[in-house]
Amino acid sequence: MTTPTLIHGTVEAGQELPELAYPVTATTIVLGALAARDWRPMHHDKDFAVNRNGTRDIFLNTPNLASWFERYITDWTGPFGRLQRVTFRMKGSIFPGDTMVFRGSVTETGIDATGCGWAALEITVSVDGDTKTSCTARVALPVSDDDNPWSRSGDRWTP
Amino acid sequence: MSAIGVDDIEGLLGVSLYEEEGEFPVEQGYIWTTCSSVENGNPLFWDPAVAEELTGGPIAPPTMVSVWFRPHHWAPNRSTPGLPLQIHFDLKEGLGLPEAVMSDNTIVFYEPVRPGDLLRTRQVLKSVSDEKTTKLGTGRFWVIDVEYHNQRGDLVAIESYTGFGYRRAAAEEAS
Repeated sequence: MTTPTLIHGTVEAGQELPELAYPVTATTIVLGALAARDWRPMHHDKDFAVNRNGTRDIFLNTPNLASWFERYITDWTGPFGRLQRVTFRMKGSIFPGDTMVFRGSVTETGIDATGCGWAALEITVSVDGDTKTSCTARVALPVSDDDNPWSRSGDRWTP
Repeated sequence: MSAIGVDDIEGLLGVSLYEEEGEFPVEQGYIWTTCSSVENGNPLFWDPAVAEELTGGPIAPPTMVSVWFRPHHWAPNRSTPGLPLQIHFDLKEGLGLPEAVMSDNTIVFYEPVRPGDLLRTRQVLKSVSDEKTTKLGTGRFWVIDVEYHNQRGDLVAIESYTGFGYRRAAAEEAS
């Protein structure tokens, strides 16, 4: 039987998520674009990216970046963590050769009217200290060892 | 639909447009490819026993919801690929705003998406601002919701996009 790795009551505002640093290559970007079915050339064709888009290289596409944020959050929560909502603000692009660094912290926690525990998070991905995308997210967490946010639906799930 | 002019806006707010069915059912291969692309080892997506116990069977990562709607790059009997967020392009054209940026994007998740699901989507124009001038130029902000439902009619996600369509400032045009 699987047990939760992170329980709502152990989480509090101000807590930091473990940092994740990842060296980005052209393969990271092309694999991410194809996984997201994003065929646009600026995510696989350097000549197009440089000469048509005016960027220095191909760059990570937004839907795949969403997958990176999800992975970052659920690395912390474990499989019982269930995303409720995410908001992204794109500020800059991530290119091959960059090391992208994810950092996050808990801004608020609560239990909604249906008894679902949640944590609000603020996350950034940066390169050389410059924030490239910021993200706020809310993730449901089990309130006890025998709670499972995934068992909620309909009126019991108010993300 | 085609270009959306100023006079059309009020009548289109809250109206479902561009209702479409995905071109293919949600499939496990893309789930693994996506998890692999970001090195996501969440056992929900790799271990059928964990997926069965926690979610009643395999599910897709929630943030993949828009993936199931990106059209094939090529398909027989189709001359031009469809455009996701068509309303955004209709507004740009109809309001004469050649440039546009997406400033932020929110996704709210409801029922899990499962392999075999065939999702439907529709676009809803939520708001269009009066003309505003920012450092990019003069234009309008708009909010477009993309709603996703499964074949059983369950809401699976709502994605909200805030866009800013604009004309570049004259000084920048001259430079």
